[in-house]
Amino acid sequence: MVPLSWYLILAAALFSVGLYGVLARKNAIAILMGIELMLNAVNVNLVAFWRYRTPEVIAGQAFAVIVFAVAAAEVAVGLALIISIYRRRNTVVADDIDLLKF
Amino acid sequence: MTAQQLIFIILAAITLGSAVMVVTVRNLVHAALWLIATLFGVACLFVALNAGFLAVAQVVIYIGAISILIIFAIMLTRGVGQGTSTQTNANWGWGALLAVVFFGGLVWLLSLWPGFTTQKPEIGRAFDPLRQLGQALVSPNAYVIPFEVASVLLLAALIGAIIVAWDRRLK
Repeated sequence: MVPLSWYLILAAALFSVGLYGVLARKNAIAILMGIELMLNAVNVNLVAFWRYRTPEVIAGQAFAVIVFAVAAAEVAVGLALIISIYRRRNTVVADDIDLLKF
Repeated sequence: MTAQQLIFIILAAITLGSAVMVVTVRNLVHAALWLIATLFGVACLFVALNAGFLAVAQVVIYIGAISILIIFAIMLTRGVGQGTSTQTNANWGWGALLAVVFFGGLVWLLSLWPGFTTQKPEIGRAFDPLRQLGQALVSPNAYVIPFEVASVLLLAALIGAIIVAWDRRLK
């Protein structure tokens, strides 16, 4: 049987890969993809804890559904911001978007 | 090694391998395609965890909507910081170090927790997670308010996205 620890370690690794993507990538869209990986790792954790600890209480799955909705909202607003910045500044490199330092 | 363990290891290898490709490949369209593979691996993990509805929702929302939206955004901003030029910033070494330290710290913290090696409890035949989830999301003494707030948030975010991305010069 697969113990809970395997799922938790997998989710931690997935989160760390997403964290690396957010920290190391130049392109703002690639940073958003890293955030998606991190949100997925959290969802794996939520569902694994639900299945292994409290399968009779559905809270874990309900939280995961809310995370889906928030992730969809986040990616829609994030991509709209990136496209708007691209129209004005003609760049999507996160280092170049520094108008506040102007 | 049982069949369940073997399936888990294959799924974990697919998920983690394609996640590493997402953050390392230079071509962003390829990165988005690897992201779809990662999301599909996570959907398979949801099936292994008896969360069938979430697996379907993962395919429909993440693979069907979010990935396509990301690919559209990549194509709309094509030619900028893509292709053969390097895709990582100057601090990628620190980022990698931080990610490895973070992973080690998480695993160390979790290994101190006594419930770390919990085995999967049996779910009774009469228990239907899908029915439970559906009732929890509309029941007043469960999650109806967070569910409705999430729907309002989604509507507000989509209207906001349209307004933010509106090209005012077209008028």
